Order: sequence, then C-alpha cells, then structure tokens
Amino acid sequence: MSSGELLILLALALPLFSAAVSYAVGRMPDVRETLMLVACVGLCIITISMFMRVGAGDAPEMVIAQPMPGLEIAFRVEPLGALFAVMASVLWAVNSLFSIGYMRGAREANQTRFYMCFALAMFGVMGVAMAANLFTLFIFYELLTLATYPLVTHKGNEAARRAGRIYLGTLVGASVVLFLPGIIGVASVAGSTTFTPGGLLPGTTSTVIANVLLLLLVFGAAKAALIPLHRWLPEAMVAPAPVSALLHAVAVVKAGVFAILKISAYIFGPELITALPAATWILWLAAATIVISSLVALSKDDLKARLAWSTVGQLAYITSAAMLPFASGLVAGGLHMVVHAVAKITLFMCAGAIYVATGAVKVSEMGGAGRRMPILFTFLFMASLSVIGLPPMGGMWSKFLLVDASFGSGEWLTATAMIVSSLLSVAYFLPVAFNALFAPAGVKGPEFTRPGGAPGTVLTAAGVTAIGCLGLFIAAEFIANYLEPLGAFTLIEVAP
Amino acid sequence: MILFEALYVAPPALTAQAPILVIAGPLIGACAAALSPGGRTAWVVSVLTAVFALWMAVAVAGEVAREGAIDYALGGFAPPMGIALRIDALGATMALLIASVGLMGALYSGHALESEVRAEKRTLFQSGYLVCLAGFLGLVLTGDAFNAFVFLEVSSIGTYALVAVGEARDRRALPAAFNYLIFGTVGATLYVLGVGFLYAATGTLNLADMAPRLAALGDNSAVQAGLAFIVAGLGVKAAMFPLHGWLLGAYAGAPSLVSVFLAATATKAAIYLIIRFVFGVFPEGEFGENFLRWILAPLAAAAVIICSMQAIFEREVRRILAFSSVAQVGFILLGASLATTAGLSAGVFYLVAHALMKGALFMAVGAFAISVRARTVEDFSGIAREAPWSAAAFAVGAASLVGAPLTMGFLAKWSLVSSALQAGEIWIVVVLAIGSLLTLIYVGRILEAMFFRAPVRGAERASEAPVGVLVPLFVFSGLSLWFGVDATLPASLANASASVLMGEAP
Repeated sequence: MSSGELLILLALALPLFSAAVSYAVGRMPDVRETLMLVACVGLCIITISMFMRVGAGDAPEMVIAQPMPGLEIAFRVEPLGALFAVMASVLWAVNSLFSIGYMRGAREANQTRFYMCFALAMFGVMGVAMAANLFTLFIFYELLTLATYPLVTHKGNEAARRAGRIYLGTLVGASVVLFLPGIIGVASVAGSTTFTPGGLLPGTTSTVIANVLLLLLVFGAAKAALIPLHRWLPEAMVAPAPVSALLHAVAVVKAGVFAILKISAYIFGPELITALPAATWILWLAAATIVISSLVALSKDDLKARLAWSTVGQLAYITSAAMLPFASGLVAGGLHMVVHAVAKITLFMCAGAIYVATGAVKVSEMGGAGRRMPILFTFLFMASLSVIGLPPMGGMWSKFLLVDASFGSGEWLTATAMIVSSLLSVAYFLPVAFNALFAPAGVKGPEFTRPGGAPGTVLTAAGVTAIGCLGLFIAAEFIANYLEPLGAFTLIEVAP
Repeated sequence: MILFEALYVAPPALTAQAPILVIAGPLIGACAAALSPGGRTAWVVSVLTAVFALWMAVAVAGEVAREGAIDYALGGFAPPMGIALRIDALGATMALLIASVGLMGALYSGHALESEVRAEKRTLFQSGYLVCLAGFLGLVLTGDAFNAFVFLEVSSIGTYALVAVGEARDRRALPAAFNYLIFGTVGATLYVLGVGFLYAATGTLNLADMAPRLAALGDNSAVQAGLAFIVAGLGVKAAMFPLHGWLLGAYAGAPSLVSVFLAATATKAAIYLIIRFVFGVFPEGEFGENFLRWILAPLAAAAVIICSMQAIFEREVRRILAFSSVAQVGFILLGASLATTAGLSAGVFYLVAHALMKGALFMAVGAFAISVRARTVEDFSGIAREAPWSAAAFAVGAASLVGAPLTMGFLAKWSLVSSALQAGEIWIVVVLAIGSLLTLIYVGRILEAMFFRAPVRGAERASEAPVGVLVPLFVFSGLSLWFGVDATLPASLANASASVLMGEAP
C-alpha cells in the first residue's frame, strides 16, 4: 500500500473510529470527548498532509471496489477536494471544542448519539471530498444526509420531527429523482463517471442532452439549497447550534456546492459550460436566489433563521461561480466556499454562545447584550464583516473575485445581484453587532441565565474562527493560487 | 456463468441425473415430512431436502456453464414425444435462486413455525412447503409447456394450503387462501387454454420445438390469442398489475415463512415463464413488439406508480410490503419490456435483487412476530431498541428496496435505468424515478417508526429473535449488501440469461 492510499484510508477510518469509540465509551463523557478531540486533531494532520501532497503534484488515489463495469468506488484527491477536506476537518476540530461547551452548557440529552452522528457525518464529508467519480461522491453524499438526520431531529419534539421530514424528504427526494438519474445519464453517455480534468462530457453527447444532465445534476445537489429546493435549510435550524454551525454552514451545504463545483469543473468542463444555455438559466435562478434570500433574511428576527437565509444566498454565489463561462469563476467559487464557511461557523457559534449564556434567540432581544459579552460580539462583528465582504476580512477577496469574474464574463445580472445582496447584508448583519455593542445607555440587555455567561470552550472556538476570518484576508492569495490548476487546465496540460 | 464452469460439486453419474433430482428430491422429502412423527423431525427432513435440492441445483448450474444448455429426456423418451427438461442459463439461475431461498426458508421455519402454526399442522406444513419447492423448481427447469402447467398446479396447490395455515395467527388467512385459490385456478385455466391454442397451431408442446414452428406460421391469430391467454394466466400468478388482487391477502395473512417464500419465488417463477414465452418461444415480429410496448410496459408502469401509492396509504406493514411486491414486479417487467439484452439482463438482475430484499424484509417481520403481535406501522414503534439485530436486517432489506447505494437494489435500479436510457425510453426512466421516490416514502415511514419513535405505552415488549431465525435473515440481508459491492456473480448470471433469451447464446 502506498502512502497516498494510506492517507485516504486513514482520512476515512478516523471519523468512523471516532464514532465507534464515542459509542463504546458513551458512559464516560470526559473520556469520550477527549478521544474525540484526539481524532479531530489526527484528521486535521492527515488532511493537511494530503493538502501538501496535492500541492506538490502527487495526488493520492485509490480504488476500493468495482461493483459493476464502469462503476467504481474510488478516491482521488485533487486541489478542490483537498481544500474542502482541510476546511472541514479543521472546522470540525474547532466545532468539537464548541460542542463540548455548548452541549454541556445547554444540558442536551443523548449526547453520545449526537457525537456519533457527528463523526459519521465527517466520514461522509471525507468521502465526498476525496471521491474520484460521481458514483462515489453520491454514496458519501447520501451517507451525509442520513448521518445528519438524527442531528436535525435531536430535540425529538414535533417541530424537530417535522423539520427532519422536510430535511430528509427534500434532500433524498432530489437525489433519487434528479441527482441519480443525472449520474446514470452521465454514465450511459460517457461510459464512466470519473472526474476528468477538462471535463468528461465534451465530445460525447449533444447539447440538448448535456443541458438536461446539467439541470438534473445541479438541482439534484439539493444541499446547495438553490431556490426552490432551499426549504430544508431554514427548517434545519431547529437543531442544536453546533449542528447548525458545522453542518448547515460548513459540511452539508458545502458538500452541495462542492459537488456542483466538481461537476462543473470535471464533468462538464468550462468549455461545455460556456456553450450550454442551461448554465445561463441556472445563473439567473441563482441571481434570484441571492436577492430573494437576502430580503427574507432582512425580515427575520430569529438570529439563526437570519443566518440560515444568508447561507442560502451565499451558496447561490458559489453555484453562480460554478456556472460562469470562464474557469476563473471556479477559483473564486472555491475560495468563497472556504471563506464563507469560516465566517458562517463563527456567526453560528456566536449565536449558540448567546443562547447558552442568556437564552436569547431573537435579534431584538440582543440590544445591549454586548456590554456583558463584548468579546463575543466583537467576534460576531468580525465574521459579519467577512460575510458582507469588507476588509480586512477574507470575504473581501472572494467577493471581489466573484464579482470580477461575473463582470469579466459579461454576466451583468449576476454581478448586480451580488452587489445588491452585499448591500442588503450590511443592513441585516451590522445592526446585530452594533445594537449589542453600542446600545443607548437606557437599554439593559438580557441577563445571564447561566452563571458566568458563555463557557470558555465556546468562546475559544468562536475566537479561533473569527481570527481565521482575518487570517484568510492574508491567505486568500495562497488559496487562489493553490486552486489555479482548476481554472487553468484548459491552457496547461494536466495529466488525467 | 463463468464462475460455475470450474465447479464440480457432485460425481459425474449424479450430475447427469441432477436435473430430475432437483425436482424429485423435494417431492420425496415431502412424503417423508408428511410421515414424520413430529414437527421437529419434519423440520430436519425439510432442511436436509432443501440442502440436497440446492446441491443438485449447483451441480446443474455447473453443467449448464460448461455445456451451454442441458436437455434431459424424462424416462428416456426423447422429445417431442416424451417430456423433456431443458435447462439453460436463465433456468439454472432461477433454480439456484429458488433452491437457495428454499433452504433459507427451511432453516428459518424451525423457530418461526412455533409462533405461527398450530402444533398438529407442522408436519403437514413442512410437507406442503417441500411440494411447493418441487413445483417451483420444476416450473423453471421444464422444457415442456404442458409440463409447466402441471408444475404450476403442484406448486399452487401447496401454496393455497400454506396460506390457509396462517389462520392460527390471523383469521383473515382463510378467506385470503380461498381468494387465492379462485384467482390461481382461473389463471392456470387461462394458461392451459393458451397452451391449447399453441398445441392446436403447432402440434407440439415442447418449447424448443414450438419456437421454430411458430416462426414458420408467421402472423397467426390463433397463436396471438394463445399468447394473450398465456400472459394473462401467468400474469395472475406473477401478480402482474391489475391481476394482483389475491396477493395482498395471501402475503399479509400467511405465516411469515410463506410470505418470504412466495415473495421470493412464486411470483418470480411466473415472471420467468412469461419472459420465457415472450422472448424464447414467440417469434419476433410486430405483434410481439406492440404487445411489449403497448400492453406490458404501460401495465408495469401503472403497477409501479399505483401500487406504490397504495403502499403509502396502507397502515399494515405486511400489506405495505405486499403492495410493494406488486410494484417491484412492475420494475422487473419494465426492464423486460425494453426487449434489449441490457434490459432483460437488468430485469433478471432486479428479480434476484428483489427476491433477496423481500426475503429479508418478510423474514424480519416474521422475526418480530415471534415475540410480539405487531401489525400496523404504529405497532412497530421503537422496535429497533428491543430487537436491534432483526431491525438492522430489516433496514438493510429496506435500503436495498429503496435503492440505496452499496446495496444490490441500487445496482439493480442503476442497470435498469441505464438500459432504459440506452433504449431511448426516457418515460421509463421517469417512471422509475417516481417509483423510487414513492418507495422511499413508504419505506421511510416504517423505518422512522422502528428506529426513531418511542414505543407506544402499554404495548407488548418485543424481544430479539432466536439465532435460528437470525442466521437465514442475515444471509438474505448480507447478500443484499455483498452483491451491492461486488455484483460479479448475479450480474454474470443475469447477462448469461439475457443473452440466452435474445438468442445470442444457446
């Protein structure tokens, strides 16, 4: 076994192992959580070393099984996948820290099941990140849905069950009716589903069929929450904050847009995307999603709901990026995926911390809360800036590249929608932090319901990612360069 | 079939007689079971007989893999005068499937009968079970149209009785068995009428002999009427929509072993015979194509959609599974209706997949029934906590039914959809997608109750089934998983069967 194969196996085995261990030592919370953190750190080391190897041009690959000819369970790590894996594993580690504080602080039940499902979800994410073909991606994509279902319904009340039904119904329904037929279509047209640099489909089929396949695959990846398949995301906010933070800001939704980016880059290829009218239709729909979701977010008083609607819009940015006629969009989309993940997880962790400390969930209740929790609201403010796209935060670069790519390829509508939504996000994000930090003297703000406010681990976790938003301002160029092969393979020869 | 080529499981002298021993073994075993002093002895006889039948079926499959197709003249009288068994890849596949399911069912019956069948009926039950097994095995091995009718009746008479035995658990089994008897007899009559038409037109009953003579006749309305009768008659047995009325009561009321066995073999054997007649016997031509395109395919599609919907609105778990079986028969026939090698191969593959998954599902329901009288979906609430292993096996079968990746059901749906795409039949792809979604809904309801709901207060507590039940259950669900990762064996069998039917191989 080569060291590349070993890395792939370890990246898959570690989350599984963590799930098994969580079950085995479920009665001893301290041991359980310590071992989980060890697994998190281990996974970070593995994904980072994979990231380095891919950067050096030595992509790990491995074939697990071949159930039928042309149908392989295989892994191959390419730049976008390596980036996704690193992002997910690092944020998992941070989020685990947050979970421990939050779950204990909020005295949630069934914590062992919670951590098990979390680890299983990470197993799914690793599989999605490393998949070498659409079939493998699909398997892990579905696994991710199933593993996160018990997390969404964690509270076990009627609202949670309803949300769970919508969650499962939308995601699995879209997979069965749209995604899977799309994948089978690709397989029957091209003979395989392997992600191929430059695109698998060019030269194998007519424009009409390619259009249909693109629509099937993009809408089938319902985790990307493109309107009208977005309902599940705001509904899923009934889950505990760590779930919203990691899964509905990072792992699940990003798996959706990641799939779309991969499909655009490696199944259709930039040239075919340029030629397809369906890509333009999706761009229009994404532009509509961007604007509508921002308007809805503006109307929400519940902080988590506001964040969820903002996520719907931000995901549409990335979907747009994948559909832009020029490959530069792919790089911008990949960068935005990371930048938004770091910022959004911070926001969700802040929302969770506010809930644990004061019980407040509505924005209108948070006026003046910054007096008691100045550090927390500073983190919230930093992350808000990043999502809006203001310096000195990483969000600035990705938005800049996205708008630039849209203008560059003549998609005025998309560019306009992005600018309008950025202005709207100023309107729905900044007042949260401002009212809390700089409230008029008379406003008292909510009392602490938990003595001492938010637990230390929660604050630490939010702090790490908030500083990450700053760090990405500097690291953006490095990431964009790292993703360069994604955009440049039409100019430079890349071995298949 | 390549895998079987190097398989010599029996001495040559025995292998030469294996085709008839596959059938005769269970028949003799049935007599022995009827004469045995008690239920335990009968069970031992039943298991030993089933092992023997499977052994012989494997021997036959090996021989078919080497020779292409076997002709076995019964009593040494050569066809067309004498009756002949003719076994090709498709027949061997079916015999393997039926014999394996038969063995698993026999193993399972050791414990399952105790809760579902009256003590004094157990010896006769085992006897009836073996008669059924002999009938179905004979049905798929014979090369003679009338002989097929005889085996059809042998198996049917056994199943009528077996369904009725379910009255110990559920009194509705009695009217269900009577209902089945009427339906089944009408079906068999239609079939024999159709065979009569063909005999009148060709003067032979041997299927291999009949095919060229029918081809020489060209467009002949008597032959076409014959086909109509045969398909309608067998359609009843295969629970082809809309002739499936008998199936619901029979599956829901019968002892769970019978549901397992019927779901996995009875409808499958009838589907086998339909496919055999349509593709192997009837000449290619406009009539056949129109029949497939305008009769079989729309009916199959209607089964998929309508029966899946009915399953969604049904409350009883067994009836949900029964409706689902009718819908799944629709999936199989949709594959066959494409009339391409890929489509037939997908159909046969799906047939095997469905036998395994439905076997696991009914068996798991039976495993729960040992300790608790659960009937509706609500009754199954929280059962996964009380009987985790059976529930896990049920979940695997359910995943395969839905077509979740890494299960055989997924590969079956995959090959079905890709063969429909190759044939350019987009509407079939749409039907399949909608059917899968509907399947997801009714299966999801059961799974949600089992795994995510708290048990109803004051309900009986279930307990885990004994090992004797869990082993065959795990074999079924384990195979569903194994063939989902490595489908070499069923795929090669299905491909060989399809090329036989399309006349590409002997």
